[in-house]
Amino acid sequence: MPKKHTKYLEKLGGGMKIAVCVSHVPDTAAKISVGSDAKTIDKNSVTYVVNPYDEFAIEEALKTKEKVGGETLAISLGGDANKESLRKALAMGIDNAVLLKDESERDSLSTAKALAEEIKSQEAELVFFGKQSVDYDNSIVGQLVAEILGYNSVSVAVAFEISGTNIKAEREIEGGKEVVETSLPAVITAQKGLNEPRYPSLKGMMAAKKKEIAEKQPAAIQNFVEVVSMKKPASKQAGKILGSDASAVPELIRLLKEEAKVI
Amino acid sequence: MANKILVFIEQRNGKIKKASLEALKAASELSTKNSFSVEAVTVGNEIEGLAELGGYGAQKITHFKNASLENYSTSAYTESVSNFVKEIDAEIIFFANTTLGKDLAPHIAVKIDAGIAADVTALDFRNNEIIATRPVYAGKALIDVKITSAKKVFTLRPNLFNCGVSNGNAVEVNIVNVENPNLSVKVIEVKKSDGKLDVAEADIIVSGGRGMKGPEHFHLVEELADALGAATGASRAVVDAGWRSHSEQVGQTGKTVSPNLYIALGISGAIQHVAGMRSSKYIVAVNKDKDAPIFQIADYGIVGDIFEIVPAMISEIKK
Repeated sequence: MPKKHTKYLEKLGGGMKIAVCVSHVPDTAAKISVGSDAKTIDKNSVTYVVNPYDEFAIEEALKTKEKVGGETLAISLGGDANKESLRKALAMGIDNAVLLKDESERDSLSTAKALAEEIKSQEAELVFFGKQSVDYDNSIVGQLVAEILGYNSVSVAVAFEISGTNIKAEREIEGGKEVVETSLPAVITAQKGLNEPRYPSLKGMMAAKKKEIAEKQPAAIQNFVEVVSMKKPASKQAGKILGSDASAVPELIRLLKEEAKVI
Repeated sequence: MANKILVFIEQRNGKIKKASLEALKAASELSTKNSFSVEAVTVGNEIEGLAELGGYGAQKITHFKNASLENYSTSAYTESVSNFVKEIDAEIIFFANTTLGKDLAPHIAVKIDAGIAADVTALDFRNNEIIATRPVYAGKALIDVKITSAKKVFTLRPNLFNCGVSNGNAVEVNIVNVENPNLSVKVIEVKKSDGKLDVAEADIIVSGGRGMKGPEHFHLVEELADALGAATGASRAVVDAGWRSHSEQVGQTGKTVSPNLYIALGISGAIQHVAGMRSSKYIVAVNKDKDAPIFQIADYGIVGDIFEIVPAMISEIKK
């Protein structure tokens, strides 16, 4: 079925709305321990940051606005702490921010439904996500949102171009790249390599502090995925140190062949 | 009526991906526990070896065929597969967690209103329920999840489910010609990265870190990888420094890998790197710093000079 683009073409004159969804996650250097509920992590003494892949999404939203005009909007689902990541997006240059305030544990689909509802009400025609949130690592929320909204989607993008309503993007696949053509409305999920995220300027940071972050209450949606338990992976035992120079190499290769049987 | 597990079989250039055989075999093993029937579905043009999927447990195979479906299309594949899931009323759908599977599975989940568990590393069947284990926080923790919706979608991490060998069964392939596929998202070209093996698909990975002291020394990593038929990987530090491309990066903001053998050269073992490779079956570390954290997870280590040890490894392997 061909999609109808007239609505979006009309809007391009006045600039379209570009949304970027931002998640607030533990820093990749953080040690993770299991919380007392044995289902989620212990959030104490963990530093939270904007999801690393979302920085590429923010940058691409800014670059796209610089090229085609319009308005940029950052959306985050979570508690008050998420405002910190929204402020970072504002400091980088995003125009407006919305916090969908909900601290309940949501699965990917329920998260996607809440985000899709907001994107729809904002009438954003182009939406950027990080390709994966480095907490639950599902790498699916962007695609779920696209399908819920009936938008086209390109995941794991390492190149993105827009011309009128046409999109040309490259997505990373095993051992290469796919060059993808599609059109608005669309969801793009950003992979490292898409761009170099800018640093917030001092002026940007000052302005971001003063900006109001809109708060909304997303509808409660039933989870389809239930966490039964969380545990730490079995710790790997340190193995054998075989030596300190090249004389240890024959023994290493022998072990790999005869004990591990992996070469 | 018995419940059905449908396994999506991925093809690239008309060849079936090993990760899809693993997913099929995993479905077939699950089916023995609750008398599920197992079907396979694929989308593409000419595809080799479909009838032989019977040897890995497929009882029926359906091939959605059109010349324009040879390359992946999110929209067209979603249309064919989701309609088929509805038509046969499959309860459970398995995908391999490849870049294609990760892209397609969520679209299907929305179409059939299913919960989805991605990047599953183990499956169990307890109290009449499927319990899937999946790493979170890049493998720093594991969660067991169950899907409570009527329809369930799982994507299985490659290299962890053993596809074993075929039992020799072959089944008939039902070909469905697709007319006017929805190509609103269309791959117009596939750019191969000069025949190099990808870290996400390799049985052996040789990775280099800051201890390689500069991009000009990575020929050692490449030569060792060549000698082993391995893929080359890299730490975040050397990717950020621009020595290597991001497609090689292993770790929390790169790829999570589970090869049979991971050789870490001059990699200290930062927590975000270890998160991406700790599920490797065997780990070898070569590093001059005896206190490098990588040695805490390495099965075999040599504390010494890379520039002396790696050439010795290459010549020992070539013997």
